[in-house]
Amino acid sequence: MAAPMYFSVVVTVTIVKLLLIPSYRSTDFEVHRNWLAITHSRPVSQWYYEDTSEWTLDYPPMFAWFEFLLSRIAKLFDPAMLEVTNLNYASFATVLFQRLSVIVSDFVLVYAVYECCQCVQLVGKKKSPHLLSQPMFVLAVLLLWNFGLLIVDHIHFQYNGFLTGLKLLSIARILQRRHLEGAFWFSLLLNFKHIYLYIAPAYFIFLLRSYCFTRSNRDGRVQWTSLSLMNLFGLGVVVLEVFAISFGPFIAMGQLGQVLSRLFPVKRGLVHAYWAPNFWALYNIADKAATAVAVRAKLLSADDITKATMTGGLVQEYTHNALPTITPLVTVILTLAAMMPALVHLWRRPCTPRDFLRCLVLCAFSSFLFGYHVHEKAIILIIIPLSLLAVESRQDGQVFLLLSTCGHLSLFPLLFTQAETPSKVCLMLMFSLFAFMSLGVLHSSSKKRPYCLPLLSPLETAYTVGLVFLQLYCSLGHHTLGLTTRLPFLPLMLTSVYCAVGVMWSWLKFYLITLTDMQHLKQS
Amino acid sequence: MPQHPTMDTRFGTLCTAVVFAVFVRWVVSLNSYSGMGKPPMYGDYEAQRHWMEITTNLPIKQWYFNGTDNDLLYWGLDYPPLTAYHMWLCGKVAEWIDPDWTSLFASRGYESYEHKLFMRYSVLIGDVVIYIPAVLLYCFLQKKFTHTQKVLLSCVLLLFPGLIIIDYGHFQYNSISLGLTLWAVIALSHRHEVLGSAAFMLALCYKQMSLYHAMPFFCYLLGKCWQQRWKKGFFSLCCIGVSVLATFAFVWMPFLSDKDLFLQVVHRIFPVARGVFEDKVSNFWCSLSVVVKFRNFMSHEGLLKLCLATTLLGLVPSSLDLLFRPSGNKFKLALVNSSLVFFLFSFQVHEKSILLPALPVCLLLPWRPFTSTWFLTIATFSMLPLLVKDGLVIATLITSILFIIAVELGLQGVSSDPTIGCPVCIWSSKNLPWLPHRVFFYAVKSGFYASLMGALFLGLLSVVVPPPSSLPDLWPVLISVYSCSHFIGFTLYYHIVQLMTTDSKETAAQKTKKTQ
Repeated sequence: MAAPMYFSVVVTVTIVKLLLIPSYRSTDFEVHRNWLAITHSRPVSQWYYEDTSEWTLDYPPMFAWFEFLLSRIAKLFDPAMLEVTNLNYASFATVLFQRLSVIVSDFVLVYAVYECCQCVQLVGKKKSPHLLSQPMFVLAVLLLWNFGLLIVDHIHFQYNGFLTGLKLLSIARILQRRHLEGAFWFSLLLNFKHIYLYIAPAYFIFLLRSYCFTRSNRDGRVQWTSLSLMNLFGLGVVVLEVFAISFGPFIAMGQLGQVLSRLFPVKRGLVHAYWAPNFWALYNIADKAATAVAVRAKLLSADDITKATMTGGLVQEYTHNALPTITPLVTVILTLAAMMPALVHLWRRPCTPRDFLRCLVLCAFSSFLFGYHVHEKAIILIIIPLSLLAVESRQDGQVFLLLSTCGHLSLFPLLFTQAETPSKVCLMLMFSLFAFMSLGVLHSSSKKRPYCLPLLSPLETAYTVGLVFLQLYCSLGHHTLGLTTRLPFLPLMLTSVYCAVGVMWSWLKFYLITLTDMQHLKQS
Repeated sequence: MPQHPTMDTRFGTLCTAVVFAVFVRWVVSLNSYSGMGKPPMYGDYEAQRHWMEITTNLPIKQWYFNGTDNDLLYWGLDYPPLTAYHMWLCGKVAEWIDPDWTSLFASRGYESYEHKLFMRYSVLIGDVVIYIPAVLLYCFLQKKFTHTQKVLLSCVLLLFPGLIIIDYGHFQYNSISLGLTLWAVIALSHRHEVLGSAAFMLALCYKQMSLYHAMPFFCYLLGKCWQQRWKKGFFSLCCIGVSVLATFAFVWMPFLSDKDLFLQVVHRIFPVARGVFEDKVSNFWCSLSVVVKFRNFMSHEGLLKLCLATTLLGLVPSSLDLLFRPSGNKFKLALVNSSLVFFLFSFQVHEKSILLPALPVCLLLPWRPFTSTWFLTIATFSMLPLLVKDGLVIATLITSILFIIAVELGLQGVSSDPTIGCPVCIWSSKNLPWLPHRVFFYAVKSGFYASLMGALFLGLLSVVVPPPSSLPDLWPVLISVYSCSHFIGFTLYYHIVQLMTTDSKETAAQKTKKTQ
């Protein structure tokens, strides 16, 4: 792709981010301001003990150092924001600085996306002057204009663009077969935000299989004798070095336990107040339905029903009535079980970087669907790497369109303020229109179904159109029917359950594509 | 495999462009509005809200009169009836949502999160219903353009920052009157004179400032009728007259029953008692007042007469040219010229009135991308003192950059050759063959960059550096003078262009005559 075209995509999206500066900010804004204050005005030994604000530092040390660096610049904007006791401080200069820090740190993403675009394989595609049929341009827009990243970072307030940049950089290095660099960037990323542990198994298996073992047998199985100790050692050094720099000082100070207890709080419930559209959303709704049936059938008495059920998930601890209550251990087992076929599949073939990418997506899927206390924002972890696959293959494009549409829609409740409704609807419309158009043009086939969205089957089209009606009901219909006071959580519940169906469907479809792909290779 | 855009993508790209335009509008509206949290008078936002209060609570005959229930000194209604009806409609909706928003007296200075949302939505709805469709229609009726060019052009036109910032930031309903004017222009260029004149009359009845455009409309319609055969021409003139009068009578109906009532409305709309200009305006009189203090040697009436005389004199060249040689191109140019002359020389000019010349300049964008971009950017800049007061500096800067990038991507507005179609260059290449063509190219380009850098520099100064206490108005005055010098230059440029434009059809006809 021509550099000027990429440049214009970057500039326009940066302008959009700048325009979003006066938007609503969630409590995450205060969280990050507080971390700026902690890292600036407390010694390192106090970082993970400081608890003046309820928003204690709960990201790994590298992120703390990142905040420390930011606080040096923040001093020039408004020193008052760097006082730990200055809770909920949001002067104009503070807002401007924090917003700008997200926008500027996003240039890591810009560089990473550029590197990824260089890796796109042009398989059997003729060069066309039409912009929408250039996979690199399409990929650049899908990644940089990603709806989830825009609203979570630039309205809600977080630094996901920067972190996603690190992730894409590591993926790009692996696609370029520069494994050590890939491992370096990923371990750095883990030390910025530990949520990326979700996809760590894919990295582990892939690097072991195709970097530490250098050869495969004829049938694609690993040749056990080809273990390269040199590579294994190099990899180990790179990864351990990053962790040593990050956690070393805290281990030296004997604070490892404290840091880890901050990073992994276990006191939370199975689902977030707003259910992420995953397996547990379906499980919860099944529980509700079963409870209702059981009460009717007099199998359960109304007294047994806990209060949490009545408040529709407002209470963090959620106990099930008809179905067994889920403990964290169950979710871990289920998550690993869901990942296992993908990991085994990756291990049992001479895996290419593309196989790795598929496994990465499947790991993210499994953690999102079955994980404990999953945030709806974690859907970004799936959609971003899937974009890379979507521009290269038609089948992945199909999954991407469905998943990105329902996944992004499930992020709508994140921005509940009325003034942000048009912003999020417009951004979502722009992204979805572009995705459907560009992938439709990119993977256009001669036989086109009438009355169907590009690439989607009639059923999937109906589902996607249903999303529109769902959103209309949630934003207008529910209030008009006067159910706001009686069933305040119904729109949220409907959204998460409806979206969960789409996410589950995409997961199964993507798994099927990945696994049948192997048979296809075997036959050939 | 289709290599060309299919029907789906045609529609899709258009939708994306429109959604983007709406998005930019909405995000700008998240900023503050004029007079936000500034009692006792607040700003234009409160003015519009107050009009909703007045129109929904008082009988129609009292809207424009001072009385116990209607204090004209507190944002009295001074726009024509169509605005009043629009405010009545909005007021009724507001009353339905929350009666506190429009209750008489009690609602003065009412501000809340929900009310701001309501007001912003009301602007957006007017825009989406009137202005945006007009722009799309205008772009898609350009026959010689490809689909992509049409989409790009509409996107660029919709991103003009001046209008967005004033309507969605400062708070006004300019998109309605400008949209109606645009509908009129489209109708006229497709030979629907009756509809066009009615649409323009509606624009005029919405905002009296549309008078800036009236002269070209009059001259164009008269000139077109003049060109036809005697009977047919007279008949179409009658049709136009009837349509204008009928529209006027229809809108003004409640105020026509009584002579005093009518005169009071007219008096409210044309406040001759007010000053020559409001605040610091980048027009001729304001710039001149830096050096010459009129008040010392001229009476109010004298000044009024001087303004009237200079405006009329300034209108003569473009109007006469259009009257005798009416054509679509000249019409648009005359709209620019007439509104610029009004802006520079007339009485009681607001800084926001620069939007009136900006509309026809927008329409010229595809043919004169370079000069139009220059003009539109300076036009936005000229309103900076107002926008600084409203806290919209960042939004203005960002939308201006977005606009320049959009023009460059869509129409090569900055990188295109400014000498193409420039009458001076054409004249010199004919008559001064020893002068190299590139001289103009580099002169104009460097002038453009110098002018934008100057604007940026002045803007930065006015935001960052506090003015010396002896000259509190230093920055606004400097910005006015700076912009005014540009506007005078542009007025001359567009006049020369208009006078030297010859209708291509006409010349072709003359050529065939000559060969015969």
